[in-house]
Amino acid sequence: MSFWQISLKLLEGFGQNCFIFIVTLLASLPLGLVIAFGSMSKFKPLCWLTRAFVWVIRGTPLMLQLFVVFYVPGLVFGMPFQSRMSAALVAFIINYAAYFSEIYRGGINSIPKGQYEAGQVLGMTKSQIFFKVILFQVIKRIIPPIGNEIITLVKDTSLARAIAVPEILMMSYEFAAEGLIWPLFYTGAFFLIFSGGLTLLLGYVEKKLNYYRG
Amino acid sequence: MSVLKVENIHKSFDKTQVLKGIDFSLQKGEVLAIIGASGSGKTTLLRCLNFLETPQKGKIIVNDKVLFDADDKKLQSDEQIRKNRLHFGLVFQSFNLFPQYNVLKNIMLAEELLAKEQIKAVGEYNGCTDFKEAQEKIEQKAKDLLNKVGLSEKMDFYPYQLSGGQQQRVAIARALALNPHVLCFDEPTSALDPELTGEVLKVIKGLKSSDSTMVIVTHEIEFARDVADKVIFMADGVIVEEGTPQQVIENPQNERTQAFLSRFNQKF
Ligand SMILES: Nc1ncnc2c1ncn2[C@@H]1O[C@H](COP(=O)(O)OP(=O)(O)OP(=O)(O)O)[C@@H](O)[C@H]1O
Ligand SMILES: [Mg+2]
Repeated sequence: MSFWQISLKLLEGFGQNCFIFIVTLLASLPLGLVIAFGSMSKFKPLCWLTRAFVWVIRGTPLMLQLFVVFYVPGLVFGMPFQSRMSAALVAFIINYAAYFSEIYRGGINSIPKGQYEAGQVLGMTKSQIFFKVILFQVIKRIIPPIGNEIITLVKDTSLARAIAVPEILMMSYEFAAEGLIWPLFYTGAFFLIFSGGLTLLLGYVEKKLNYYRG
Repeated sequence: MSVLKVENIHKSFDKTQVLKGIDFSLQKGEVLAIIGASGSGKTTLLRCLNFLETPQKGKIIVNDKVLFDADDKKLQSDEQIRKNRLHFGLVFQSFNLFPQYNVLKNIMLAEELLAKEQIKAVGEYNGCTDFKEAQEKIEQKAKDLLNKVGLSEKMDFYPYQLSGGQQQRVAIARALALNPHVLCFDEPTSALDPELTGEVLKVIKGLKSSDSTMVIVTHEIEFARDVADKVIFMADGVIVEEGTPQQVIENPQNERTQAFLSRFNQKF
C-alpha cells in the first residue's frame, strides 16, 4: 500500500475520533451543568443520587463503561444498539458529563456569596443572577480545568476501539499486525496536531477572558 | 406618614437570638445612623430590611404598605420578596461589584433586566414601549448617577481597575439606580484604607441633600453625628438608646452607650 492509501485509511479512522470528540463535547458540556445542578440540589435524595452516579462514573474505567453500554442493552434487555458508534457516544457523553459536572460544581461554589446577594438586593430573579452574573465568572474560572479534560478527551476517543469502532488506532494496529510499524507514529502525529491546535485555541480563549480580574 | 416602619423584628439563627425586637420608623429624607459593638446585630438588621434574611417575628412597612409580616406566608413568595427588594437598596461593606462588567454596565444591568421583563409582560417600562428607547434612558440615568458620585471619567473601567473608594462609589450609584425608597449602608468605609474613607463619606453626605432616606450602619461616630437626623445605639440585639445625634452621641444617658462612646469622646 502506498503512503497516500495509508494516509487515507488513517484519516478515515481519525474522522471517527473527531466525530466522537465533537458530539461528546456538544452533549456533555450542557449535560454536565444539569448534573451539577442535581448534585447541588437542596432536595437531598436527588443530591445523593447524582453524587452516587458521579462517583460510579468517575470511579470506574471508561473502557468498562463502554463494554457495559454496548453489551447490556442487547444481552440483558434484547435491545441492542443500532451501531457501535452510538453505543460509544452514549458511554463517552455520560462519562464526560460526570467529569464536567464536578468542575462546574467547584466553579459555581467558588463564586463569593456577595455576588448573589448583590444581584438579589437589586431585585434580580434567581435565573437572572445565574445567567447574567454568575455563569460568566464560573466560565472564566473553569476554562483551565475544562481545557485539560478536553485534551484528555481527544486521546480517550481511541478507547472506542474496545467495542470495535473503526477509529484511527484500530486502523494503525491493523497495519502493525501486518508488519508495518511507521503508521503507529504517523497516528501519534494526528493526535499531536489535533491537541496542539486545541491547546492554542484554549490559550486564546483564556486570554480573551482575561480582560478582567477577580 | 413614615417611609419606613419596622415593628418588633426578631431574628435568630438556630438557637442564637440575634435580634430581639427592633422597632423604629423613618420619615422621608431622614438619615438614620446605627451604631453598636461588633456582634450586636446591625448587619443582620440591614439584611432583614433587604430580605436577605427572614425574621421569625415582626413587620416591615414601607409607605403604609405591609411588605413583610412574619405571620403572613402569602407575603413570602419568591416573587413577592423580589418585588419588596426594589423598595430597598443595600451598599455592602465589600462593594460586591460585578467584575465582568464595566462601571456603566454595573449600574445599568439590573434596571435593563427589569425593563426587558416589564416590556415583555405589560408592554411598557417607564413610558417606553421599546427596549432600545428604555435602554437609552437607563444609560442616561446611569451617567447622571456616575456624575453624582464623581466618577464620570471612569465609566468604561472595570472594577479591578478602580481603588476601593472608587468601587464603593460605583456601588452607591448602582444601589441608587432603581430609586429605592430606603438606601441602606453596611459599614461602607470599613473595608477601605483610611485615606479613602473621606471620598465615600462625602458622597453619602451629598445624598442627604437630595432627599434620600437612608439607614447607615457605621463605626465612624463623627460622620454619624454630622450626617444623621437620628441615631440608634444597639447592643445584644436590642435598641438601647435612640434619639438625635446630640442626645445619643454627645449626651448618652444609658451606661452601655456611654461605655461604647467613651473611647470616641475622649478625642474631644
Ligand atoms: N448566618 C448566620 N448564622 C449564624 N449566626 C449568625 C449569622 N449571621 C450572623 N450571625 C450571628 O449574629 C450575631 C450578630 O451578627 P451581625 O453580623 O449582625 O453583627 P454586627 O452588629 O453587624 O457586627 P459587626 O460590627 O462586627 O459587623 C453574631 O453573633 C453572629 O455570629
Ligand atoms: Mg456588621
